[in-house]
Amino acid sequence: MGKRINRQSVLTLVGVLLVYAIVQGSIFMDILPPFVALTLIQVCIFIILATSLNLINGITGQFSIGHAGFMAIGAYVAAIVVVKFHGPLLLALIAGAAAAAVAGFLIGLPTLRLKGDYLAIATLGFGEIVRIVFLNTSYVGGASGFSVPKTITWTWAFWLTVLSIIIIRNFIKSTHGRACISIRENEIAADVMGINTTKYKIMAFTIGAFFAGLAGGIYANYLYIIQPLTFSFLKSFDILVMVVLGGLGSLTGSVLGAVVMTVVSAALSGWPEWRLVITAVLLIVMMIFRPKGLLGTKEFSLSFLGKKGDKNASSKD
Amino acid sequence: MPLLKIDKLSKSFGGLKAVSNLNIEINDGELIGLIGPNGAGKTTVFNLLTGVYEPTEGSVKFQSKDMRGLKPYQVTQSGMARTFQNIRLFSDLTVIENVKIAYHQRSSYSTLSAFLRLPSYYAGEEEMQRKAMELLKIFNLEDKAEEVAKNLPYGEQRRLEIARALGTEPKLLLLDEPAAGMNPQETHDLMNLIRWIRQQFNLAILLIEHDMSLVMGVCERIYVLDYGMIIAQGTPDEIKNNPKVIEAYLGEEVV
Repeated sequence: MGKRINRQSVLTLVGVLLVYAIVQGSIFMDILPPFVALTLIQVCIFIILATSLNLINGITGQFSIGHAGFMAIGAYVAAIVVVKFHGPLLLALIAGAAAAAVAGFLIGLPTLRLKGDYLAIATLGFGEIVRIVFLNTSYVGGASGFSVPKTITWTWAFWLTVLSIIIIRNFIKSTHGRACISIRENEIAADVMGINTTKYKIMAFTIGAFFAGLAGGIYANYLYIIQPLTFSFLKSFDILVMVVLGGLGSLTGSVLGAVVMTVVSAALSGWPEWRLVITAVLLIVMMIFRPKGLLGTKEFSLSFLGKKGDKNASSKD
Repeated sequence: MPLLKIDKLSKSFGGLKAVSNLNIEINDGELIGLIGPNGAGKTTVFNLLTGVYEPTEGSVKFQSKDMRGLKPYQVTQSGMARTFQNIRLFSDLTVIENVKIAYHQRSSYSTLSAFLRLPSYYAGEEEMQRKAMELLKIFNLEDKAEEVAKNLPYGEQRRLEIARALGTEPKLLLLDEPAAGMNPQETHDLMNLIRWIRQQFNLAILLIEHDMSLVMGVCERIYVLDYGMIIAQGTPDEIKNNPKVIEAYLGEEVV
């Protein structure tokens, strides 16, 4: 606390700019293979999805597996704004995210009364309902898909990802985020400490849905075509795996999980039959040796590059 | 007007009357004990007061306000805080985070300022940090502010739970067996701490306790609960010599 700009935030900023510049530079010089470019954008999309799901599952402790549903809403609404109404990209992305947030709020109201397995099943059902609705709506192309022009560039995807991470992190590291964490830790105690647990569960759910919708919008405006099948529960499951792999409750863990899983599955794209097998083995090994995920609930920080000293960097600013 | 007025409060679980026709009055700044044998319904009374259970009959008025139908968080926000018989800390969070969560309801900045880190976010967080540290200092926990709560020794966890409850800035503090699992020395220290809290924070305390030396030592008035009913009330001396109380605790004399 106290100092608003410290060594670590400067280092992080330098790192972020460096990543952006290297990729942008290689795009500019036309030396980036298209397959790598595609993977990089996918990494961005999955980072947004994983961090936003972590807000719901890891931070607030509400086990949701319907994230692909919110992503689908964001994707389709953004696509409709662009294709049917010829709206600008930014407006489309915001509309998609907002629509997903509204859906998250409406779904959260009744389902967040449920706990554990029941909530998981309800959100799973929600995700499938969304997919089937789009599947049967001819306005958006039904099963054959919905063509959308490709307007998302690396710059868009990268900075929207950075922005999403910053906003989610700011939320978590505030008193409102602590209220969410207290629900995960002990719901009864949180309630007795004066925290409106229902309000904060719904808030986390809505914010999570908002960013899933944003990721959906980016996806729709990059991949030329969106199909309902893309947003099946398998997609929700992929996102969940990233969150668990990185560590429930760790934002940097989710980023790491998203990068690892996306890169692994891209590297295995030549052997699709092995992809799921290797993912599964990876998870089993993970659960045996690091059951709390790569980073547990800790945050990865660059502070070790600076002075030692602050051994509690994960819990502080 | 009393701070807390419990009027003809009853709670049934199916056919079992856990609490029946309970009348308790607590004035500002009083230190009241609620004692009774195991299963007498003491914790049920706390759960009724804090909105965990809905009363079957009767009313609870706190600061002249009807508390019926309020949720636990609303009860806390109106100025009644509690601790638990079995400690319920946020055990994976640090000591100071535990206390900060208690200050949440009085936090001054919105979700939007949290998202965008507006100046009110920094001001609000700094104020919380300062208040939380002050509270920890009072409870001698300031050195352990960054320690994870579950790693504290048992006695300190109890103290932290009381500190956290005080973080909600209550007018009435409900302590559910605060001396459970403490040795005589720790109990003695706790006794002094409770007296001191009452003066320092200017609040009333309702205490559930098994440890007779603690209750007799600190409470001004005592209510005795048995089978969900008040069987005696009065000063510690009156309670000590009340035949009904002796009977409830030790059984009837065999003639």
